[in-house]
Amino acid sequence: MGGKILLAGIEIPGIRGFDVYRANGGYAAVEKALREMTPAQVNAEVTRSGLRGRGGAGFPTGLKWSFLDRKSDKPRYLICNADESEPGTFKDRYLMHHLPHRLIEGLIISSFALGVKTCYIYIRGEFKYLVGVLEKAIAEAHHHGYLGEHILKTDFSLNIYVHPGAGAYICGEETALLESLEGKRGNPRIKPPFPAFKGLYGCPTVVNNVETLATVGPIIGMGGEEYSKLGKGKSTGTKLISACGNINNPGVYEIELGLPVEDFIYAPEYCNGIANDKYLKAVIPGGSSVPILPADLILSTAKGEKRLMSYESLSEGDFLTGTMLGSGGFIVFDEDACIVRNTWNLAHFYRHESCGQCSPCREGTGWMEKVLYKIEHGQGKMSDIDLLVRISKNIEGNTICPLGDAAAWPVASAIRHFRHEFEEHVLHPAEVLEKERRLSASFAV
Amino acid sequence: MFKVTIDNQQVDVEEGTTILQAARMIGGKVVPPAMCYYSKLRGSGGKCRTCLVKVAQSSAKDPRPMPKLVASCSTPVQDGMVVQNLTSPEVVEARKAIVEFLLLNHPLDCPVCDQAGECDLQDLSFRYGMEETGSEEDRREFPVTDIGDKIKLHMNRCILCYRCVYTADQLTDKRLHGVLYRGDVSEIGTFIQQAVTNNFSGNMIDVCPVGALTDKTFRFKSRVWFLNPMNAHRDCPSCSGNVTAWMFGNEIYRVTGRKNQYGELEEFICNECRFEKKDPGDWVIEGPRHIKRQSVISANHYERMKKQSVIKPIEGIMEDPE
Ligand SMILES: Cc1cc2nc3c(=O)[nH]c(=O)nc-3n(C[C@H](O)[C@H](O)[C@H](O)COP(=O)(O)O)c2cc1C
Ligand code: SF4
Ligand code: SF4
Ligand code: FES
Repeated sequence: MGGKILLAGIEIPGIRGFDVYRANGGYAAVEKALREMTPAQVNAEVTRSGLRGRGGAGFPTGLKWSFLDRKSDKPRYLICNADESEPGTFKDRYLMHHLPHRLIEGLIISSFALGVKTCYIYIRGEFKYLVGVLEKAIAEAHHHGYLGEHILKTDFSLNIYVHPGAGAYICGEETALLESLEGKRGNPRIKPPFPAFKGLYGCPTVVNNVETLATVGPIIGMGGEEYSKLGKGKSTGTKLISACGNINNPGVYEIELGLPVEDFIYAPEYCNGIANDKYLKAVIPGGSSVPILPADLILSTAKGEKRLMSYESLSEGDFLTGTMLGSGGFIVFDEDACIVRNTWNLAHFYRHESCGQCSPCREGTGWMEKVLYKIEHGQGKMSDIDLLVRISKNIEGNTICPLGDAAAWPVASAIRHFRHEFEEHVLHPAEVLEKERRLSASFAV
Repeated sequence: MFKVTIDNQQVDVEEGTTILQAARMIGGKVVPPAMCYYSKLRGSGGKCRTCLVKVAQSSAKDPRPMPKLVASCSTPVQDGMVVQNLTSPEVVEARKAIVEFLLLNHPLDCPVCDQAGECDLQDLSFRYGMEETGSEEDRREFPVTDIGDKIKLHMNRCILCYRCVYTADQLTDKRLHGVLYRGDVSEIGTFIQQAVTNNFSGNMIDVCPVGALTDKTFRFKSRVWFLNPMNAHRDCPSCSGNVTAWMFGNEIYRVTGRKNQYGELEEFICNECRFEKKDPGDWVIEGPRHIKRQSVISANHYERMKKQSVIKPIEGIMEDPE
């Protein structure tokens, strides 16, 4: 156990409100940053902490902040990406729901570090119930002088606005998010220019994930050095993992990075093993777009080392035998799960969510979905399996935004590790369909 | 000035030039095909991915290759950049794949499509495409609709290049035309069937690389290759009045803007010139227009370009018919 940092205090009744949060040490980090530190010092602490983006790509936050165009005389913006729509990922909503002030605190300190006066929380449209929670927290912080003009009687002023999206996964991609925030169709932008130079309304902008920004408070509180001692190697600190699928204890867990995957799956304080005493078959460890791994490869690397919950260990072996930590959406499949059906389901999602701007993604996602549908429903051919591999290759790397890759990887990895299951569907469609029918009937009971 | 090398040919260009623009300065085979970029439309490009190229060396300072293929129309050059177009097998492969994607849902109804013969997608498929598709799926279908009283929209043929959207946005004062829905069910449409009535809306037909937007005053009147394109002009109060009049004998079948070798309009023309002036008496006919493209209309009766290619084409790529 790494001790809870991000979720510290979550069990305290009333922690969602300002008074209880404040009484339990809340906003001390804001006072420390604004009263005792310069923006440059805050930046330095974040860099020292080794914090990496929690939105999926794991890009070092300090480095990202250093790219912000500080020479421009235009206003700068900080955007908190709360669009969380990737299947399997449900950690940000949990944090915002139970500890909204932790996020507000992080936003204040980050804005101070970046010289930002206006910050937007772009929140997924379906999280309507959270808009009120966040707006209440913002109002409370205003009331107590932590937001608005001259915060804590310093020169620093900040306003935070909550902007609900209209419910499109693609609006989580940072430049599509900016378009949507500007009131346009949420199509990802062609880069360059990058948001650090031309972001919201053409002004220098930083976009970070909810969890990333919420971590900034604790980092300032404990010091970057101290934070960097948590975790393992370049995976410092703690990370929220949302675990779901065939496990005994689905939920959101804060783990210290470097925890063995095996412990995470079987330890009673985390997933507590596979439900109904079944065997583990496969895991998608980082949200639906990262490669799926079979049980043996998720528990240990191809080299035979224990696989750890860290950026480096999960990607050990690259895509051939590894995967990614991604956003921390940990999806577990037991022995009964049908990989083909699951892959088709994901392909369906990506097809539906493609913005349709670039041809490989627009056409390729639809094509993969149709072919997978046929295989799953007993109308596939052997050659369809290689066709899927070819389509996924042709999409990968050739698109405007990473949604294309995100659609290609699940298909490619499922075939890489579970080709026999696809072949089974082609060769013995009647048996496979019958088995699936029996299983779904047993669920219905 | 930046030095850039594309398929072994060097050119000096201003800072801020894109790879595609630099390639066009060299000309010939090093120029990647562009289905969505349109130099006169701000913000266009980056979408179709036909112009993908390999950056073998990022710059003189940073000799590393770029990890992925990049869209040449929207990637600015660096000093000392080395780019591969047809000299990279990876690019040739990717381009084949992109053509396959573009044709995946295309109806291939060229025999009844007014654009046939001057269609960028046809040309692209001939040059870079495969002989057959791996797809056995049904193609998506949309009803044929009207955009105003002069323009027909065949959404089935659309490749979603967004050129018409930028045209509507930048040439007309109130945009009523855009993309609806998303993914492979996206469609070009007008807001609740409103007519696009602006005097420059007809240019959408000319910027459309395929037969998705066609001229209702010309539909099904003739195949384009039976017509003679003539440069013509008139004194027009709204536009330059410089057009191409497509004639058969003494009759004008249709009027379009004048397109350059990349299929881009030299100038946008007004709807009156395009749709209303079909009497030869309306125009001063200057003479035949040279069409320097490899499409069907130029194949028969127009001049052949001098052989210009200097690079060795990779096997499997069609010889330039120019
Ligand atoms: C299709 C797509 C969807 C995304 N959705 C989200 C999201 O819901 N939340 C998020 O934080 N990042 C999302 N991202 C990643 C963002 O583009 C961006 O990298 C991230 O917000 C940066 O924050 P970080 O550096 O703190 O991780 C998405 C990316 C893509 C390509
Ligand atoms: S990759 Fe897909 S989602 Fe991203 S810009 Fe292209 S079509 Fe849109
Ligand atoms: S209608 Fe034509 S110009 Fe418009 S997006 Fe489709 S292909 Fe492009
Ligand atoms: S012309 Fe470059 S992507 Fe379409």
